[in-house]
Amino acid sequence: MKKYPVETSLSYPKKGAMGKTGSWRVFKPILDKKKCVKCLRCWIFCPEGSIHREKDDSVSIDYDYCKGCGVCANECNVKAIIMEREGEKKK
Amino acid sequence: MTIMMDTGNRIAAKAAVMARPEVVAAYPITPQTTLVEAIAEYVANGEFKGEYICVESEHSAMCACIGASAAGSRTFTATSSHGLLLMHEMLHWAALARLPVVMCNINRVIGPGWNIWVDENDSISQRDTGWIQIYCSSNQEIYDTVIQAFKLAEHQKIVLPVMVNLNAFILSHTSMPAEIPDQQTVDDFLGKYTPHWKLDIDNPTTFGNIIGPEYYFKIRRAMQEAQMNAKHLIPQIAKDWKKASGYFHGDLFEYYKCDDAEHILLSMGAIGAESKIAIDELQEAGHKVGLARLRVFRPFPTEEVRKLGKQANLIVIDRNISIGSEGALFNEVKAALYGESEAKATGFIAGLGGKDVTYKDIETMCQKAIQGTAKEQVWYGMEE
Repeated sequence: MKKYPVETSLSYPKKGAMGKTGSWRVFKPILDKKKCVKCLRCWIFCPEGSIHREKDDSVSIDYDYCKGCGVCANECNVKAIIMEREGEKKK
Repeated sequence: MTIMMDTGNRIAAKAAVMARPEVVAAYPITPQTTLVEAIAEYVANGEFKGEYICVESEHSAMCACIGASAAGSRTFTATSSHGLLLMHEMLHWAALARLPVVMCNINRVIGPGWNIWVDENDSISQRDTGWIQIYCSSNQEIYDTVIQAFKLAEHQKIVLPVMVNLNAFILSHTSMPAEIPDQQTVDDFLGKYTPHWKLDIDNPTTFGNIIGPEYYFKIRRAMQEAQMNAKHLIPQIAKDWKKASGYFHGDLFEYYKCDDAEHILLSMGAIGAESKIAIDELQEAGHKVGLARLRVFRPFPTEEVRKLGKQANLIVIDRNISIGSEGALFNEVKAALYGESEAKATGFIAGLGGKDVTYKDIETMCQKAIQGTAKEQVWYGMEE
């Protein structure tokens, strides 16, 4: 990868170029692995690439970069993902 | 080498095409129209081999130039007055993105009321966008400046867009002879364009991403440094072009009969050319007065103004007005002198709305300043 000599608003491919954006989160997605049917809808729809896909198609959430938009919870057909306000546990 | 007897607009178009831009995107507006029409003729006759994009507005013209430049192409456009104002947002964008777009702006009045003649309020109101601004006073200077503008914009120590300004009608529509060097001279002078950054699928980058204050601060600082570098490189490039073509119109200023002058007149654009006749007449009448025609408004030649202030009292003519303050050149001249010189500065607002400023008018203004009867800033012709 070549870096250009000009000082302007250029960013190069790198994990977390803007730092740990997960700190911006207000709502946190919680995954219930028992309900998950491995359909991968959350993995497809996550706009931030914060859903990690394993070899067996099970998924996990990368809280370092998840901004808590809730798209995954909305797309999940079996309600395996719920949104919790940070610092508050749902009953 | 050939002599071209033609208007400022058509000579600017000739220069632009000879610089071999890969993309021209433009929208016509009086009094710039004949410039882009001339480029269209060069497309038709095969002299211009680049991409010519007819866009739906000036905002789009600048956007297309930004896109093409970001993809690594040499780009050119031209506009005037309201067209330039419509581009305003994208002018900032081109400069912050460090894209070496070259543009001719034909200085025209801003409406309302509807008026197509010359004044410089259009480009003056773009002075903080980061663009380098050069003002021409003859068709030969327009040709030579457009060629040099590409060299300047693309220089690795600058990498900023450049605006070449010419006065509406007085230059844009007046035929004057200009010497046109052969294509090889221009090719050798400019060389092949190598972009300093570009959007490239083989070297992926994101442009215009979100950035925090710390990086943003650095980007602004780097632009300022690039403009300061231009203060040294504009004279250097002007010298190099003189070697290549034989033509030289001054560097940051063009000085005329300034030796022993006790009063020095500062003016821009076509008034700068007209001023030479006034200086001849005034010197004949025994006045020790010279002319410093400002060519480069951004970067502002602060050090040169201070030197002038150590030698003489300064007389400034502005064909613009920063409403609520004063003429833009007058304002900046005084800022440069602050704490550095005891020189007296007198400012005149003249020629707004395309009002003629003849050498007789310039003589009268100089005499008033020399006699010390003028107020600090005078609206010429409206004193009472």
